[in-house]
Amino acid sequence: MTANNDNYSQRYFLSMIVAMSLNILPLTNIVKSLNPEWVLLVLIYWTMAVPERIGVFNAWLLGIVVDVLTGRILGMHGLIYALINYTCLKFHRRLRHYPIPQQTIFVFFCLLLSQVLVFWIENIQGITGLNWMFWLPVISGTLCWPFIFAGLRWFRLLGRFS
Amino acid sequence: MVLISVVLLAVDHRSSRLDNSRSFLSILIYPIQLLVSLPVEMAEETYEMVVSYSDLKKQNKLLKQQQLINSIKLLKFEALENENIRLRGLLENSFKLGEQVLIAELLSVNLVPYEHVMVVNKGSRFGVHEKQSVLDANGIVGQVIRSLPLSSEVMLITDPNHAIPVQVNRNGLRTIAIGSGLLGRLNLPFLPNNADIVPGDLLVTSGLGGTFPQGYPVAVVDSFTAQPNKPFANIHATPKAKLDRLRELLLVWSDSTPVPLTSPVNESEQDDSE
Repeated sequence: MTANNDNYSQRYFLSMIVAMSLNILPLTNIVKSLNPEWVLLVLIYWTMAVPERIGVFNAWLLGIVVDVLTGRILGMHGLIYALINYTCLKFHRRLRHYPIPQQTIFVFFCLLLSQVLVFWIENIQGITGLNWMFWLPVISGTLCWPFIFAGLRWFRLLGRFS
Repeated sequence: MVLISVVLLAVDHRSSRLDNSRSFLSILIYPIQLLVSLPVEMAEETYEMVVSYSDLKKQNKLLKQQQLINSIKLLKFEALENENIRLRGLLENSFKLGEQVLIAELLSVNLVPYEHVMVVNKGSRFGVHEKQSVLDANGIVGQVIRSLPLSSEVMLITDPNHAIPVQVNRNGLRTIAIGSGLLGRLNLPFLPNNADIVPGDLLVTSGLGGTFPQGYPVAVVDSFTAQPNKPFANIHATPKAKLDRLRELLLVWSDSTPVPLTSPVNESEQDDSE
């Protein structure tokens, strides 16, 4: 069982590092504003897949790391990831049995919640100049979800039956 | 957990007490940033390797010509500088000099889409500090907003939250240039409709505010639209620095203590930082 657990955490860290790299990928202007919150999507997946392994504190720490990575105020992503992780943990039994379209709607609301929180916190800080492009990652992230789900599922179960 | 986050947010917003933990975490993060910018660098290096011999020769020739022109300009500049120092000495004025520079390379990472913040590979280990101004070969690029041990974050002058005090090089008219959120444009929202400014005017840093050293080119005015029904005109300028294609940047330490040119009499000169 321990070997199995190690396997999980290795894969978890690897996918997180990939997601963080994707988050800060240098892109051209238009594609840049479409770049979804990869780390959050991957976190939602892992929370659904192994809810007993990924707790709220784990998500919060991850958020702090993302805050440092993207140069935000410390605790912003921590707060968001902890909240979303909590809701996912609450609903994970139901979420697992949802068909993909229904899951996608749930993910849409998660992403929307995260972006609304970012919007509030940035506004409290007095950062201006957020236009409608700010909301695009919610839509692109939602559209990406089925692929992320399939890809990570394949990655998680890789080599399991062989 | 939510409470901890909110407290953390408040503390980080108000004070700099969390800087240590941030710099510790940033060391963990640095490999990821390097990893991301690696492909771009590799692509550039391979491109450099396959540049043909004739191209190199052409470039070399061009650079040599440019260097000749520059060195001739420098000859004159030195004489002018001496004269300037002498004249200021006559006026019993102090002359600011001694600007030290450090070349930093850009890491090709993009933090958040709605901000113009870049990451460079020199950090507080090299003495980089906040509010330091950053230049490229053509003009002002921005300022350091956060220095971490191995890297630092630079806000560009086009960021919507950035403002830079400038003056028109032709007549010394002072104003403030504010970033527009677009890479190729600055706004000058605080000039009246009858201001003496025309398209083509060069804007240089005025040195007010103490963050940027005086006299570096910032932007060229490219449109002036008077708005008769409003108190201020609508003016756009294009930054001189090539913000979208930078690779190397200069970090400048402007010595904020003026060098007294007359005999060392007045010891108690006010430090005019901030």
